Amino acid sequence: MTKDTILKVEHLSMKFGGLMAINDFSFEARRGEITALIGPNGAGKTTVFNCITGFYKPTMGMITLARRNGKELLLERLRDFEINKVGGVARTFQNIRLFSGLTVLENLLVAQHNALMKASGYTILGLLGLPAYRKAVDLSIEKAKYWLDKADLTDRADDPAGDLPYGAQRRLEIARAMCTGPELLCLDEPAAGLNPRESAALNTLLHSIRDEGVSILLIEHDMSVVMEISDHVVVLEYGQKISDGTPDHVKNDPKVIAAYLGVEDDEVDEVIAEELEGGRH
Amino acid sequence: MASASANQNLMGKALREGLFAGVIAFLMFLLFVGVETYQDINNALVWRTRWGLLAIFVVVAAVGRFVTVAFIKPHMDQRKLNKAKQGLLDVSDEKGFLRRHFLKFALVLLLVYPFLSLLIVGKQGSLKYVDNFGIQILIYVMLAWGLNIVVGLAGLLDLGYVAFYAVGAYSYALLSSHFGFSFWILLPLSGIFAALWGIMLGFPVLRLRGDYLAIVTLAFGEIIRLVLINWTDVTKGTFGIAGIPKATFFGIWSFDTGATNNFVKAWGLSASSIYYKIFLFYIILALCMLTAYVTIRLRRMPIGRAWEALREDEIACRSLGIDTVTTKLTAFATGAMFGGFAGAFFASRQGFVSPESFVFLESAVILAIVVLGGMGSLTGIAIAAAVMVGGTEILREMSFLKVVFGPDFTPELYRMLLFGLAMIIVMLFKPRGFVGSREPTAFLKERRAVSGSFTKEGHG
Amino acid sequence: MEYFIQQLINGLTLGSIYGLVAIGYTMVYGIIGMINFAHGDIFMLGGFAALIVFLIVTSFFAGIPIALLLLIMMVAGMLITGLWNWTIERIAYRPLRGSFRLAPLITAIGMSITLSNFIQVTQGPRNKPIPPLVTDVFHIGGLTISLKQVLIVVITAVLLFAFWYIVNKTPLGRAQRATEQDRKMAALLGVDVDKTISITFIMGAALAAVAGSMYLMYYGVASFNDGFIPGVKAFTAAVLGGIGSLPGAVLGGLLIGLIESLWSAYFSIAYKDVATFAILAFVLIFKPTGILGRPEVEKV
Repeated sequence: MTKDTILKVEHLSMKFGGLMAINDFSFEARRGEITALIGPNGAGKTTVFNCITGFYKPTMGMITLARRNGKELLLERLRDFEINKVGGVARTFQNIRLFSGLTVLENLLVAQHNALMKASGYTILGLLGLPAYRKAVDLSIEKAKYWLDKADLTDRADDPAGDLPYGAQRRLEIARAMCTGPELLCLDEPAAGLNPRESAALNTLLHSIRDEGVSILLIEHDMSVVMEISDHVVVLEYGQKISDGTPDHVKNDPKVIAAYLGVEDDEVDEVIAEELEGGRH
Repeated sequence: MASASANQNLMGKALREGLFAGVIAFLMFLLFVGVETYQDINNALVWRTRWGLLAIFVVVAAVGRFVTVAFIKPHMDQRKLNKAKQGLLDVSDEKGFLRRHFLKFALVLLLVYPFLSLLIVGKQGSLKYVDNFGIQILIYVMLAWGLNIVVGLAGLLDLGYVAFYAVGAYSYALLSSHFGFSFWILLPLSGIFAALWGIMLGFPVLRLRGDYLAIVTLAFGEIIRLVLINWTDVTKGTFGIAGIPKATFFGIWSFDTGATNNFVKAWGLSASSIYYKIFLFYIILALCMLTAYVTIRLRRMPIGRAWEALREDEIACRSLGIDTVTTKLTAFATGAMFGGFAGAFFASRQGFVSPESFVFLESAVILAIVVLGGMGSLTGIAIAAAVMVGGTEILREMSFLKVVFGPDFTPELYRMLLFGLAMIIVMLFKPRGFVGSREPTAFLKERRAVSGSFTKEGHG
Repeated sequence: MEYFIQQLINGLTLGSIYGLVAIGYTMVYGIIGMINFAHGDIFMLGGFAALIVFLIVTSFFAGIPIALLLLIMMVAGMLITGLWNWTIERIAYRPLRGSFRLAPLITAIGMSITLSNFIQVTQGPRNKPIPPLVTDVFHIGGLTISLKQVLIVVITAVLLFAFWYIVNKTPLGRAQRATEQDRKMAALLGVDVDKTISITFIMGAALAAVAGSMYLMYYGVASFNDGFIPGVKAFTAAVLGGIGSLPGAVLGGLLIGLIESLWSAYFSIAYKDVATFAILAFVLIFKPTGILGRPEVEKV
């Protein structure tokens, strides 16, 4: 593992019943970069995500995370919530998952659960209202305010999260993930369903997150977004990697063009034959 | 012209629907109301008809449906339309003086309630008001507030809550009769036992979601009750445990008539059990206040927020590093603990416990109070408990109904029937309960209630 | 060995009754995702309908053939109970469909309380005994098989086949299965969802009524609170077999019946209900989808 690698996925395979959703997939994401995972519908991007963030246990393979303090963790061995708590990996979801009945501010406070739990002496000391706990609460509100400001949500802080417009909900989900203090932020199609203005706001937010030294791994469909913001692109098709490199490199890779634009009918058989060949190895 | 014909149409429709309802009611009630089965002198089952009663049922159904379709529904639609036209929201921000200070008034009223009743109806009359109404309602308030932590905050559907109530009651009954511990030692102990049981039962089942969890908790509740019935060596089975000692005034005075430090004697009062009842009233009131205080404090702490987040979205919780199993377990144990307190109190109040008091129906009633009140809202739940429990208690008192329905009429018989009907009717008109909105636990600029349409009810 | 087989037969009989009631739970759960808590009381209502019809018919036609009498009892019970369940769904459940998830559960519990207390108020709280209807007994080797046991198992089998046919081979069944999969889509494709759900409730009630009549015939007594325990056991059966699965419900019912009679025979009668509930808890904890249920994938 090179020094600036934050996440290393090796020989990842995931099988659902008889279906091989991910087949021997390996890639690396570098610290401080925005890495994009792209691919056509059904390529297995979200499955890779769910393996990394602990929602699925991979059938095979190793997912290594290097923390800033030099510790290396095998993510597939951690329990689901430990990926965030111990591993410092935060994520968002393709179909936004906010606590819609809690206010925007409360959403951001829930995200600081582990820090606050510790400060409250696992509730017991907090019930007594010790000053150390009160200070921690003030700090958590400051942190929430910081991310509210970044995500341009300060005006809506006291509204229920479910009441926000779609674009704001996306930004809130990212802000909430950031409040857990992650080193790696995984975003599942953050730009899906956004209008151009919201999309631009999102790009600004993502860049400012990267500038704080947080690495980003994102799944995206919208090529223009990917090309604009990412430093490194990995292309996935039918559960296998077909290309890996800078946006420019990937853009010009004939395999990627074939996967995205489709190929002539007679070429399809050829491609399938190739796939089968590949699968047998 | 057009409106006249529309009106005619409406009347015709109402008439048709009314008739239809009548026919349906006739068929439905023909056997169960129109025929009465009873045992004759030879103990053989025979039957006789009750056409008059059946006719009443049919007419009520037909007329009720007719009136609903012809008048009530158009009226409601009109009101909705007017509201929409004016652009008024259902929730108005302005509250009257009384509503803003409702909680303070309620608390003061509760504090003076026993004395108020003494003043108005005297010692003997107060027994009923302090015991049957005051204490009875407050026990349910406490149980419902305890269950609220599990169902209302954490969104875990628990249909076996009465099990923890039973654990509390039997812990008190057994430990006091075997070891002679006093109420004030056993009260916290019962709560701790119930909480431990909550953790024990909760650990295997909390992975389950939604209805499955509900059913497993129901099963555990029934298992505990059946064990209490069948493990006769310890629990004395269906006979129950009698002679449970009364609570003492913090060990200073006793309420046993034979005791030397008897409260009544010490204060030179005339003998009456009302003093003990008033004392109990304040204990359960204090226990309720403790439950409310802890709930309110916990909601503003990370653990309470995690409970509510869990209700909203469990998967998102895990992605934020929240250990959902532990979080659920704490909710389960905290709820169980309050159930245990209530159980210990119940045992000392009755002086007797038997498995009869811990049937599934009790769990259902407590859950109904939580949902009817509005999940998560302490005020709503307290109101629901007062209305549902108090309402059915009032029915006992309605002896004047005997004048209307004849001397054989026993209003108590209709208690649970009306309770069930009330559950259905309240749910139909207020599916989110009396208080549907939620108070946020933190705010930057202003605290605004979150409308019930945003909050979720949990999956597990 | 004979004793064992005897218990097996007893368990099979009891299990058939549970299975029939379980189908009602499973069908309603499958189609609208709701635990119909009042279903046990619908079963009780069916038993009472059969009881009252029995009293009326025998008082007018004292010498009526038993087979005809049983048929009349069952059919009358099916019709009346079906009507009840239709009305209940229409009044108490349909307005809450698609609303807050707990609301229909609470109404169903309220309905259960209402129904059992309604019968308590109108028919009195005491047990209602009837004279034994079917008394013939066969002796095969050392085994005693009563005709009523045979009847129960045969009627269950016939009804099961009929229902399996309806659900799998008729347009109605297709509508039911479509509604179960995706209610909105089914409605868009022209399935009358309201009607389909109504029919499901009527079918479930009809089966419960048959079970109720057979329960009455088997034990010779009816009581207003007969709904709860058999109801919970039937629900256990539905869960054990895999909720939503019709054959699963019957399989679960048979298993529960067998476990109950074998447990009573070899361990202790006192704890037979504990055994049922313990099994329910065990199954749910270790295999929540039941024996024949489809596994549920957690979507992220």
